[in-house]
Amino acid sequence: MRLKYLVLGAAVAGVIGASVPASEALASDSLLVPLFTYRTGPFANSGIPIANGMHDYLNMLNARDGGIGGVKIDVQECETQYKNEKGVECYDSFKSRNPIVIGPYSTGITLALIPKASVDKIPVLSMAYGLSASAVGADFPWIFNPPDTYWDGMSIALKYIAQKEGGGFDKLKGKTIGFIYFDGGYGREPIPLLNDFAKTYGFNVKMYPVPPSQMQSQSGLWLGVRRDRPDWMIMWGWGAMNPTAVQEAAKTGYPMDHFIGVWWSGSEDDARPAGAGAKGYLALNFNAVGANYPAIKDIKKYVIAKGNSQTPKDMVGENFYNRGVMNAVVIAEAIRNAQKLTGKKMIDGADMRRGLETLKISEQRWKQIGLAGFGPPIHVSCADHNGHGSVYVQQWDGKKWRKVSDWLAPVKAKVMPLLDEAAKDYVTKNQPWPKRTESCDDKSL
Amino acid sequence: MFYREVGQYKTSYAADQALLPILQDRIGIAVILLIAFVAVPLTASNFALDSVLIPILVLSLAATGLNLLTGYTGLLSLGTGGFMGVGAFACYKLTTIFPNVNIIFLILCSGFFAAAIGTVFGLPSLRIKGFYLAVATLAAQFFLSWCFIRIPWLYNYNISASIEVPTKTLFGLAVTGPTASSTTRYLLVLSIVTVLVLMAANLMRGRIGRTWMAVRDMDLAAELIGIRLYQTKLLAFAVSSFYCGVAGAMMAFLWLGNAESESFNINQSFLILFMVIIGGLGSLLGSFLGAALIWGLPIVLRHAPAYLGLHIRSATVDQSTFVILGVLIIFFLIVEPHGLARLWQIGKQKLRVWPFPY
Repeated sequence: MRLKYLVLGAAVAGVIGASVPASEALASDSLLVPLFTYRTGPFANSGIPIANGMHDYLNMLNARDGGIGGVKIDVQECETQYKNEKGVECYDSFKSRNPIVIGPYSTGITLALIPKASVDKIPVLSMAYGLSASAVGADFPWIFNPPDTYWDGMSIALKYIAQKEGGGFDKLKGKTIGFIYFDGGYGREPIPLLNDFAKTYGFNVKMYPVPPSQMQSQSGLWLGVRRDRPDWMIMWGWGAMNPTAVQEAAKTGYPMDHFIGVWWSGSEDDARPAGAGAKGYLALNFNAVGANYPAIKDIKKYVIAKGNSQTPKDMVGENFYNRGVMNAVVIAEAIRNAQKLTGKKMIDGADMRRGLETLKISEQRWKQIGLAGFGPPIHVSCADHNGHGSVYVQQWDGKKWRKVSDWLAPVKAKVMPLLDEAAKDYVTKNQPWPKRTESCDDKSL
Repeated sequence: MFYREVGQYKTSYAADQALLPILQDRIGIAVILLIAFVAVPLTASNFALDSVLIPILVLSLAATGLNLLTGYTGLLSLGTGGFMGVGAFACYKLTTIFPNVNIIFLILCSGFFAAAIGTVFGLPSLRIKGFYLAVATLAAQFFLSWCFIRIPWLYNYNISASIEVPTKTLFGLAVTGPTASSTTRYLLVLSIVTVLVLMAANLMRGRIGRTWMAVRDMDLAAELIGIRLYQTKLLAFAVSSFYCGVAGAMMAFLWLGNAESESFNINQSFLILFMVIIGGLGSLLGSFLGAALIWGLPIVLRHAPAYLGLHIRSATVDQSTFVILGVLIIFFLIVEPHGLARLWQIGKQKLRVWPFPY
């Protein structure tokens, strides 16, 4: 050990000591929209296209229209690797800089942020993920999860299965449905609804949990599937778990047209690695696939052609890329809405909350923004922060996704009472939970 | 020159065996505590408290726990994450069963649950050593992780299998939950860590610490001079797990405000082990240095480009953080295999003779 090493060591220690965060210049003329992304780690295959889609659409608005309502959007990414600790750290680093909305892109991080959001007055937009019960606006004024909760998704998957079995839910009687899920907050969300349906309609449920550390070694689990021979398989997977499951299913010879993934298990990269074996694999979806939309052409023209994006050209129009675009549309439309509602151009988190709470994206509006038929009509209200929109089923034909069903509405009669019950349960378990004090713009509460 | 103890005569055994026998050390510790307790809460931003200092303190305590076992007693453990989890889940259950009990008391109590579990998994330590013991504790890690998912009672049948920390107050001040201010939580974490580490330091210079170190250096010789191996090793497991358990409870309650099984997985165990190895095995200071390096450096690296006005993509920064941290770890292990704490010791020696090295 020489002194020079010591000095070096001391220098490093000094750098650590000076770890007061860099306070980046507060841009007072733009709206800060942080994007929590994961371009690295075991979930990157799902995370990259979504991050690209969100990033590109918002930057396209900046380049084409000069932002929203004349105000630029300051898009800043924060890498979470889908880890809760990192997500909380990202949140803390943005908290003091007036972000107008947070999109955690992880159910685990969303769960960690739900109690913080109402205290810090920052709305959380968890688009079709997160806590299903947070759709109840009376208890969760700061959390939004349009267009569907996981429970809506599960009810639609079962509805589709029942249709294929020849009609109503009574056709499910005596059948066995396997549920393969990511064994974390995300995959466990739909279980109460699945069990409720199983009890009502008399079908059996087989659970196949995939622990996060075992995402890429599922062969044992699929041996179990071969033994149990469930009539249908439903998957709630994410990241590296998806392509592995599809490949294993193909390898075990499970009939792919009886295997349905949730909307987070339906990217091209989930099906493609299994090659021809993946043909027939089904997945729920609520956004269109394809690049043939004026807005997406604008993205290519204003962002990708200019080299302001990390998106590879052939990724544009893929399912998860479009999912990211849809998420950005929800953010952009809510900003527009909030600006209209408050008459301010520079909105803050509280204004954004009002904008999200009165968000309506009609079929016509989708068309106006150059995305006709791209997503379901979205209708958020004070009482209902979700909207429970319709979802369709798509099938992998070996090369791309094809829409194989109509838009199916969730079974609200089943979902809504469970939601209210779950919200009540959350509130009682987290006493003292703040009472809603935010006033309501649409008088639905 | 700066560290010369000339003129500091010790006239009793008590003075010779004091925790900090040298005046300069006493002044140094007092200054550090003064800065930590007074200056930092007054000046640091919420981000620095929430994302830098609280995590470093919590991880330091966990590293201290592991250091007692691995560094001082020589028993390699890979179950740290699991024992932290026991603390977190025990604290959660305790708050639901005894909602009106003081939260600090419950956090400390949850350490005892971790200690009990740690003792059970320490049972094989008499018969197996070294890597084999590491494998046995690895089993503990996997078993405990499994429990945190598969025993719904532990998380009160929450659908998401995560524990949500309720708001608890102390003298009318919220200390956990979203309404607790960063400063309150920081001071609470700092107080608990200070007291526990002070206890550890005292433990190490007393009979128990000496028996542990004797066992570490050569267990056969230790046995021959009359140290009962079984009790000594089990005690090390218990005390170590107690510290890890308290750290885990603080992680869930005072740092993240929410936790699930994934927060206490094998990666967490490895992370703490790296902190101990890089900081310095068998050194309490090392636990802090290791935690500060492994937790703090990525944050510095992440914010450095923006601070310097460079625009680097967040994913690129994240990737390069991995690379730089890995290189630094290798660098430190090559130039100083005994860890950062040893560097401080060498520095102290240099300061002592400076400017007249002999």
